[in-house]
Amino acid sequence: MKTHAFHRSRAEMLPERPAPITTTGVIGWLRTNLFSSYLSAALTLGSIAVLALIVPGLIEWAFIDATLTGEIGKDCPSEGACWAWLDQRITQFFYGFYPADAYWRVNICIALLVPALAYMLFDKLPYSRYGRWFSLAYPVIAAILLVGGLGLEVVRTDQFGGFMLNLIAGLVGIVLSLPIGILLALGRRSRMPIVRMFSVGFIEFIRGVPLITLLFVAIILLPLFLPPQVTLDQLIRVMIIITVFASAYMAEVIRGGLQAIPQGQYEAGQAMGLGYWQSMRLIILPQALKISIPGIVNTFIGLFKDTTLVIIIGLFDILGQARLLQTNPDWLGKVDYETFLLAALFFFVICFSMSRYSLNLEKRLDTTRR
Amino acid sequence: MSERPAPPRGGGFDISRAWTDERARGVIFQILIVLGVAGLAAFIVINTITNLREAGLSSGYGFLFDTANFDINQRLLDYASTSTYGQAFVVGALNTILVAVMGIIAATVIGFVTGVLRLSNNFLVSRIVGVWVEFTRNVPVLLQIIFWWLIMLALPRVKDSISIGDAAFLNNRGIFLPSPVFEDGSAIVLAMILIGVIGAVLVGRWARKRQEATGRTFPVGWVGLGLIVGIPVIVYVALGQPLDFDIPEKKRFNLKGGFNITPELIALWLALSTYTGAFISEIVRGGILSVSKGQTEAAGALGLRRGLTMRKIILPQALRVIIPPMTSQYLNLTKNSSLAVAIGYQDIVSIGDTILNQSGQALEVISLYMAFYLVLSLLTSAFMNWYNKRIALVER
Repeated sequence: MKTHAFHRSRAEMLPERPAPITTTGVIGWLRTNLFSSYLSAALTLGSIAVLALIVPGLIEWAFIDATLTGEIGKDCPSEGACWAWLDQRITQFFYGFYPADAYWRVNICIALLVPALAYMLFDKLPYSRYGRWFSLAYPVIAAILLVGGLGLEVVRTDQFGGFMLNLIAGLVGIVLSLPIGILLALGRRSRMPIVRMFSVGFIEFIRGVPLITLLFVAIILLPLFLPPQVTLDQLIRVMIIITVFASAYMAEVIRGGLQAIPQGQYEAGQAMGLGYWQSMRLIILPQALKISIPGIVNTFIGLFKDTTLVIIIGLFDILGQARLLQTNPDWLGKVDYETFLLAALFFFVICFSMSRYSLNLEKRLDTTRR
Repeated sequence: MSERPAPPRGGGFDISRAWTDERARGVIFQILIVLGVAGLAAFIVINTITNLREAGLSSGYGFLFDTANFDINQRLLDYASTSTYGQAFVVGALNTILVAVMGIIAATVIGFVTGVLRLSNNFLVSRIVGVWVEFTRNVPVLLQIIFWWLIMLALPRVKDSISIGDAAFLNNRGIFLPSPVFEDGSAIVLAMILIGVIGAVLVGRWARKRQEATGRTFPVGWVGLGLIVGIPVIVYVALGQPLDFDIPEKKRFNLKGGFNITPELIALWLALSTYTGAFISEIVRGGILSVSKGQTEAAGALGLRRGLTMRKIILPQALRVIIPPMTSQYLNLTKNSSLAVAIGYQDIVSIGDTILNQSGQALEVISLYMAFYLVLSLLTSAFMNWYNKRIALVER
């Protein structure tokens, strides 16, 4: 009997077959990510064309055809990038006209900044009791190191320059604008009408005009507003204006955070018998600031980029140094893009890492599900 | 419910207890603030008056009627060096508005296109756009403005101009374009375009009403195109092409005729629109991501195609998230246009600077351009608030 001949189904499983090659591996990846539709394929080909046009030329310009050594711009042939200036000028890009034998003071300042920031940002560090005090004392230490006094040779502030100037102005602005911004935000939500009025007026005025006009006020009008015997250092005036400018933006960011705190939290504070400042310090602000961290960091980034505006009023920050070199007869027309590329990279590295940090925090603090 | 009972005061107001009463404390604090601010203001005013008198400077806005004695090469109004400071200010203000409007339009287009592209499931495109956005956002805008300006100045000289069909020229003095010369009858064509726009709006309204009532759709896009472009073109041809172009002509040292856009304006415009465009790109991306995935799936379940889903379902909801931060980007762009002073584009700040150096009227000049920016900011935010309310109303 041949009963098996007419079986309609198999008695055993077939071996598993691999997925079609069009959905797995390299081909599958290409199909889903680069050629999923006609439009997508066109975009892919377009992007490849753009990349092919830009990237090889850029690499050739910046590295392969580049000139690394030379005394003046004429030593650079015109094809590639001219990096010959780096050797002589990179210190000026970073320190400005700061006396070369005092560079160590700036370096120590930057080295000390790391622990000072760390003790302020993180709780669980060794010796954190003394660390806090160190963070508080840091601005004074830094000021003495940078400007001089107490046995150190005095450096005039108009010798400050380069990226160091951007860092100093940015850091001072960042450190001071946060507390002022908090006060302004609280003032804007205060129940006292006059306090509210002044806060709103101040915030909206500062946010309504460009920073450059405020810098003009600091440089041109401030001497007019003060008695003739009072003179304020130009760098200090600039730092005041940058701080004031950033605090108005900071206030709005923090106000957003304050508005997100439910009314119950305020009432809970009152129910506990806390006064206004106590309930703000212990209950409201910790929550509001946590919510506004991404916005605060974004304001910091904006503030840091805005420090370049000082070149318009005649200070030589990193952009100013680049312009000095570009207009220097020895280098004229040779280093336009090279100097800016370097300056752009300085800013990009710092701003991009700050924005990544803020994105990271945002993700960690965001508990909603998508 | 009745009001909260007033805190017990023990009969009448007792000055010695004032500090323990919250309301009294508030009043005292506010009086102190008013006194402080008034004192500061008086201090500044008195100092300013003494300083001005000692320097022998007059104050007041009378100088606006004096002759300016400087040239402005980029202008939208008639202006000569014999014009007054006041006229120079107006020309500068219009230049600021010009670059701001151009920048806002370009930045919005760049922002929306790159924002959508960055969300595309095409790996290469989204990465390239991502790198561009991050780099542009994180480099100071002033650096970018000067960078574009240097590029514009590095273009060939006039005699080696890059010519586009012998009608437009590109060189280190900017772009030279044919300028339209309106002849008799061109007003009719312009009127037809205007009528076409009004007609298209009316047809759009009618079509929407009909679709709501009967469900039948109407090809609004094609009909609108016909009304706005088609009919004016027919009229233009029928009237014997009453529009002529003044084509720039290459002379030895410069180009004659046509319409010149200065390298400063181009550089400022490119820098502001790409910088702000990168920020808007992020806002658009965030807005689209904020619309929950269920909406896309629901649209798919209803049988809408991808383009329609984007237009009718995703964007209207995303716009509500996008508009408020976009307003502040527009304002930022307008304020950043004041960096024109670094490359010599003659906007209000840069012209104000020239006037300030010539006349010495620092207080008046700075107050004028601050007032200009404040008014511009207030107007923009008022308009955007109105628009925002209009689209927010859809929510029930």
